[in-house]
Amino acid sequence: MMYSAESLKTPDAKVSVNGLDFYYGASHALKAVSLPLYENRVTAFIGPSGCGKSTLLRVLNRMYDLYPGQRAEGEVWLDGENIIDPAIDVNALRARVGMVFQKPTPFPMSIYDNIAFGIKLYEKLPAAELDARVEQALRGAALWDEVKDKLHSSGLGLSGGQQQRLCIARSVAVQPEVILFDEPCSALDPISTAKVEELIEELAEDYTIAIVTHNMQQAVRVSDYTAFMYLGELVEYGETDDVFNKPKQKRTLDYITGRFG
Amino acid sequence: MSLYETRRKNNAIATGLAWLATAFGLFWLALILGALVYEGARGLSPAVFSQMTPPPGSQGGLSNAIAGSLLMSAIGVAIGTPLGMLAGTYLAEYGRHTKLAMIVRFINDILLSAPSIVIGLFVYEILVHPMGHFSAISGAVALSLLVVPVVLRTTEDMLLLVPGSMREAAAALGAPRALVIGKIAYRAAKAGLITGILLAVARVSGETAPLLFTALNNQFWSANLNAPMASLPVVIFQFALSPYKDWQQLAWTGALLITVAVLSLSIVARTLGAGRRKSR
Repeated sequence: MMYSAESLKTPDAKVSVNGLDFYYGASHALKAVSLPLYENRVTAFIGPSGCGKSTLLRVLNRMYDLYPGQRAEGEVWLDGENIIDPAIDVNALRARVGMVFQKPTPFPMSIYDNIAFGIKLYEKLPAAELDARVEQALRGAALWDEVKDKLHSSGLGLSGGQQQRLCIARSVAVQPEVILFDEPCSALDPISTAKVEELIEELAEDYTIAIVTHNMQQAVRVSDYTAFMYLGELVEYGETDDVFNKPKQKRTLDYITGRFG
Repeated sequence: MSLYETRRKNNAIATGLAWLATAFGLFWLALILGALVYEGARGLSPAVFSQMTPPPGSQGGLSNAIAGSLLMSAIGVAIGTPLGMLAGTYLAEYGRHTKLAMIVRFINDILLSAPSIVIGLFVYEILVHPMGHFSAISGAVALSLLVVPVVLRTTEDMLLLVPGSMREAAAALGAPRALVIGKIAYRAAKAGLITGILLAVARVSGETAPLLFTALNNQFWSANLNAPMASLPVVIFQFALSPYKDWQQLAWTGALLITVAVLSLSIVARTLGAGRRKSR
């Protein structure tokens, strides 16, 4: 990644995870995890399956609230507000912290309505403005040119890669501050993957991004910071170049060199 | 004989038996439908749809019974569908693993297979007896009790087929639960939900027992919900058992009408269901 003078300034932490524990019923899935997500930077969570990286991601928008028996303890600060606090409005939080999933999840409606759905949740706009916002979101996800002539056909008719970019556009459309990506390319072919990765780098100019990935090359390509997790613990966190080129922990070295995982 | 040949022989025998069993079932079905079409079609005429049920020995049709069936089925479905859909939504969305949901599901299964005459007697006790007379509205209520379990079951099943990732995706945009269900889950399950309602209509439109104890019958045209009302199944029941040739003919014709209606509904429901599977 190229660094301009602007981006070389020490960024502010948009999100600070502080002593976070997470439980699926009795099983202890995250153990005292602490790390920052810097504003307008991409932070990658890597580690073998079951290490807790997706769990950590799903704490950041309280996704776990949908399921009884899952609970988090500790602090997660988003602009000075502890989002783990049961009193906060989860829906308002999720409008600020968007999420893109492993498998594309277009809604069973038109491309236009897929994008408009999220916008209409929190804003009442005149038709012309709504049109503009939909176009802006689709352009933001580099999908506009491919779908501008079929906005009112079903989102399910798009290819996998287009569907995933539709989901990114949908998240962007509600104008969040943070976007979480949960292995967004694992169901995509290499060309679609490249497009989504390029998009993530562009989005980092406006948003704070966290991405869970199984693909270490992807972490190197898209992220500024990397967190390596293992068995629910944060083993190492640092700038991506450092984590991959001169890891401080032996377990990190073993994982990134493919000795396990 | 070699092992291979034995297997081939066994396979031929088993396949043959399966064909035979299928043919046996289809034979009677064809015979029943054939008799129904043969006997019923002879009585088909515009008068069937335009004239009321006659006294023995005079000209008439089934118009009051057709209208009564349509009206009571429509009211029954109108009462039963929202109840079934809301309860099914509770089971699939809110109460998925709760004890209450398990109990409701169990009771619904009993209701689903309850003999419809029991439903008729129940409504007789709670509505007809206190009111002091038979009425169309109690007939509609009896039918609605048959609609509820069918719609509840299909609603739950269809909502459970909607992938959890779709709900997560909607929730991740900040959509409150009610909108996730109302705008996303219902839409994803739409074809299935409509299928369930159509199947419920097909189920109640042929029911006789619940109406015998509630709406009874009426020789004349009536749109009064507070009075007895004719319906096709009850008229068929009464006319088929009568000694009069013209009544028996009308009973055949009525049976053909119901069968055609139920068959068409089922085909529509199937087509919708198939369209859904293909699009997944």
